[in-house]
Amino acid sequence: MSEKIGNVWIFVEQEGGKIADVSLELVCKGRELANRLGVKTEALLLGDKLADCVDTLYHYGCDTVFLAEDKRLEPFTVLPYAKVIIGLIKEHKPNILLFGATMKGRELAPRVASEKLAGLTADCTDLQIDDFDDKVNKQFYKNKLMQIRPAFGGNIIATIVNTWDDPQMVTVREGVMKLDKPDTARKGKLVKVAPNITDVETLVKVIERVRQEKAVNLKGAQVIVAGGYGVGSKSNFKLICDLAEALGGEVAASRAAVDAGWIDHDHQVGQTGVTVRPKLYIACGISGSVQHRAGMDESKKIIAINSDPGAPIFSVAHYSIVGNLNDIVPKMIKAFKAKA
Amino acid sequence: MSYTVLVFVKQVPDTQNITGDAMKPDGTVNRSALPAIFNPEDLNALELALQLKDRYGAKVIVGTMGPPAAAEALRAALYRGADECVLLTDRAFAGADTLATSYALSCCANKIGKYDLILCGRQAIDGDTAQVGPQLAEKLSLPQICYIEDVIELNKNKVVAKRAIEGGYEILESPLPALLTVIDSNEPRPMAARKVMKFKRARTSSELAKEHANANYTDAEALAEEEEALKQKGLLIHEWSADDVKADKSRVGLSGSPTKVKAIMNVVLTAGAAKVVEPSEQGIVNLIHELIADHTLG
Repeated sequence: MSEKIGNVWIFVEQEGGKIADVSLELVCKGRELANRLGVKTEALLLGDKLADCVDTLYHYGCDTVFLAEDKRLEPFTVLPYAKVIIGLIKEHKPNILLFGATMKGRELAPRVASEKLAGLTADCTDLQIDDFDDKVNKQFYKNKLMQIRPAFGGNIIATIVNTWDDPQMVTVREGVMKLDKPDTARKGKLVKVAPNITDVETLVKVIERVRQEKAVNLKGAQVIVAGGYGVGSKSNFKLICDLAEALGGEVAASRAAVDAGWIDHDHQVGQTGVTVRPKLYIACGISGSVQHRAGMDESKKIIAINSDPGAPIFSVAHYSIVGNLNDIVPKMIKAFKAKA
Repeated sequence: MSYTVLVFVKQVPDTQNITGDAMKPDGTVNRSALPAIFNPEDLNALELALQLKDRYGAKVIVGTMGPPAAAEALRAALYRGADECVLLTDRAFAGADTLATSYALSCCANKIGKYDLILCGRQAIDGDTAQVGPQLAEKLSLPQICYIEDVIELNKNKVVAKRAIEGGYEILESPLPALLTVIDSNEPRPMAARKVMKFKRARTSSELAKEHANANYTDAEALAEEEEALKQKGLLIHEWSADDVKADKSRVGLSGSPTKVKAIMNVVLTAGAAKVVEPSEQGIVNLIHELIADHTLG
């Protein structure tokens, strides 16, 4: 019998004591992986005054919460977080460590992986457990984490395996893992951690921090109406907003429309924006670059409206309407208002 | 005082502007048909370095790891105002993942020796990982600040910089030396005609040797002389191998890469089984009715 394998860990991201959605998504996915491997699901929660977050993590599936509280862990900076996490990895030897592919996760995970000399795969969109038969190096690895991610601007999907020491580390895109219903009866074990932070980790100082919650909640929207460069102008973008309002949905945009200054970046869907999976996604005047499709192609129903019948967006659409959106969008508003 | 700023850049296939020519008949991307470009956010990092040079006085050294052809990206940096360039090239570096890449670049930085800042683009468009910057900072035991929009102040003790965070920004200060990763937040300057005239003759040693060989000119002494002449004029691009930067061979390239690619699947663009909706009044009404009937709407 081989030696016992380590547990599945999730780095839990929080802002002002509110756990990030992606972290809860990863707890759910982590639990699935842990069940498959017959190990525990454990969370790393760092910050200050976070006792209220712990129960939520149990409810979503954590068996253990490692809690490190210290004034120097607020606000988030990379070096002290990396120090605490490296210490915990060395002590407990987890098998898998998941981070959200957020701005924080994407600057923290590589710092930790580099010090641990562990492999790290960025922006995964799926994770599975499988064996890896490395024929080149004649090595067979059992029950490894299959780290599945788009690469090459989204033109290929690669399955990557970490063949060095544990933990197998990945960052995972927001919104791609399903959130299970929390079980409020679930309980877990709290392990308080004394942060081993020194002056070396507090060299970088935050002088000013300006932040506001996003005004739009694209991830939670059931209906999304998105406009792209084909909308043509800022004033014409009002059509997109009108349709969204009529249908009770949110307004989104492709990067081209955001770059053109027609709408705020908070509304951007795609690889450098938000990943969404609403019941209905209406893409108006969006050509459908791979970067954009990556953020919306799992929507349950997609309507694509474009004047170019060759636009790539039609390859992911359930309903394609070739024509001028200036004619089509008002017709949709009228038809919906007449019916509803 | 004058500062030394290292900028690490990458030459990448242009994955963002894939035209019909680069698509194979089966709907997958023909990677070899993609033009090689200067990674966009690395241009932003270079621009920030050049702005620091303008504001405070700095020597800007640009380094890249890649095949011999990556010298082209270094010339493009010289055309914009870089002072010195290093091409890190060796077959031993091939197949590197981000960990092996950051190790090789750390050896390069150590050979350069003294520097005040290292700038990198946040991420490269071929992999979009954003990992090499933070990993390089860790390898060199430097503080890191990611997602930099601008440097507010630089003095001999510290750098003060503005960076993006989710939903806002932060102003941070760090002692020097430090590593910053830069996002698409400035307008990279165009190449300067006068610099193009000067630096279009910049060469690496192996480019020079190849030109001699192509001309069937095999006088080793003449080659050495020409190389020395280029060096005197500041037109020699340093070319360093794994041995030159004292890299441990087991930590570079494929052997230094913990991550292995198990499988690659091409994303195939096919015309899906989409229902075609006529853009007529009736077509739209039928569509809306269908969506209400299956509870997608309403």
